[in-house]
Amino acid sequence: MSVRESFDRELQVLQKDLLKMGMVAEDMVHKALQALANRDMALADTVVAMDDEVDRLNLEIESRCLQLIALQQPMAKDLRTIAAVMKIITDVERVGDYAVDIAKESVKLADRPLFKPLVDIPNMAELVKKMLRESLEGFVTRDLNLIHQMIRHDDDVDHLYKYLFDELMGFMEKDPRLVYQALHLLMITRSLERIADHITNIGERVIYMETGEMKELHA
Amino acid sequence: MATRQPIEPQPKVEVKGLNLYYGQHQALKDVGLAFYANQVTAIIGPSGCGKSTLLRCLNRMNDGIAGIRIEGKIALDGSDIYGRRQDLIQLRKAVGMVFQRPNVFPLSIFDNVAYGPRVHGLKNHARLAEIVERSLASVGLWGEARDRLNAPALGLSLGNRQLLCLARLVAVEPEVILLDEPASALDPISTLRIEELMRELQKEYTIIIVTHNMQQAARASDRTAFMLAGELVEYGETRQIFTNPRDSRTERYVTGKL
Repeated sequence: MSVRESFDRELQVLQKDLLKMGMVAEDMVHKALQALANRDMALADTVVAMDDEVDRLNLEIESRCLQLIALQQPMAKDLRTIAAVMKIITDVERVGDYAVDIAKESVKLADRPLFKPLVDIPNMAELVKKMLRESLEGFVTRDLNLIHQMIRHDDDVDHLYKYLFDELMGFMEKDPRLVYQALHLLMITRSLERIADHITNIGERVIYMETGEMKELHA
Repeated sequence: MATRQPIEPQPKVEVKGLNLYYGQHQALKDVGLAFYANQVTAIIGPSGCGKSTLLRCLNRMNDGIAGIRIEGKIALDGSDIYGRRQDLIQLRKAVGMVFQRPNVFPLSIFDNVAYGPRVHGLKNHARLAEIVERSLASVGLWGEARDRLNAPALGLSLGNRQLLCLARLVAVEPEVILLDEPASALDPISTLRIEELMRELQKEYTIIIVTHNMQQAARASDRTAFMLAGELVEYGETRQIFTNPRDSRTERYVTGKL
């Protein structure tokens, strides 16, 4: 195998591992929401444990990126790909951390039934998971249309967050006995909103990787 | 920073529509670009792409080659160096060159550096000594050479011989310095010294370097020209060429796929 071929293979493996890391993070978000919906404390513990895998992949991928930079002195698109991977893993790692936060909130809410059925929070979570899947798919396929489409979902997430914020505040104002649950639900929606922002960052890095253009697409 | 940088860099050497033929073979194809004062410009490309040929056109080093034909225009400070009234000696004083292998003369260190000024008619020893010291100092060789100025230059290490060649060039106060793979025969420490020196010398001169070493071009130059098969494919700021080249051929070359 030529030097170039082995470098290409290492780049491929790097991207495959990033994808794996992203899929674990997505699964964590999914399970954290299931734990909330089913008041399943064991599942919430699973989410907390899964974060170790995300952290491990984060460190491993970062150290391999650094090795590639030192040993291969990558240029142009190779360099941009490695730089993008290094930034993206930080965002994916944060997604994992927020999933853990949601799981921990769901434990606090598990002791009694919720005062109202969950509707908008699961919808918001579905949207966030869709964004994460699209960002990873866009990374693998270099499909910038998909990335732009994904980033537009961030607006929908922001709207849902604002709507839920007002709604939960309303409950709290009306009945102090709801404050405990409403506040924890608010924390969960906040985590989902933050996850969507990190996923938007991933999209920006994919665009940089492909075009060399570095720009903020969404505040 | 001591000197104020002009907002727009000034073109020092301008190449327009340059074609060069060796007999039937066209080695340069309609090459056009400007080299800017107080900048280091790197010319990169695979072997045989014409980068050394282009460099050698800039002080008419190709003139003596049989069967060569050159069309187009090269201007130094706006005046055509291939014009009828161009004095070749004056041109090569203004546009000096350092080669891949250090070509020191089999003379003392002092006489190597004093060689150029003497050719240009300077005889006063005190004045020559002053130029020798200043030139050696400007390439960072004065400390090592001051006590052995009369020792044979061939006794210096390869890296120091290359620095001596640069000192010999600086002694005649050129305006443009051409470097043709100046570090390819040198060890990494000497290579780094040459690169640092280029950065130092660019404050006073226009530096143009041909190199096979892409990391060297990336580290040590402000602008990079990429050539392929006699054509100038892409020319731009070094950071752009190595992070986001516009032409797919440049992309393939800098990522090692060409």
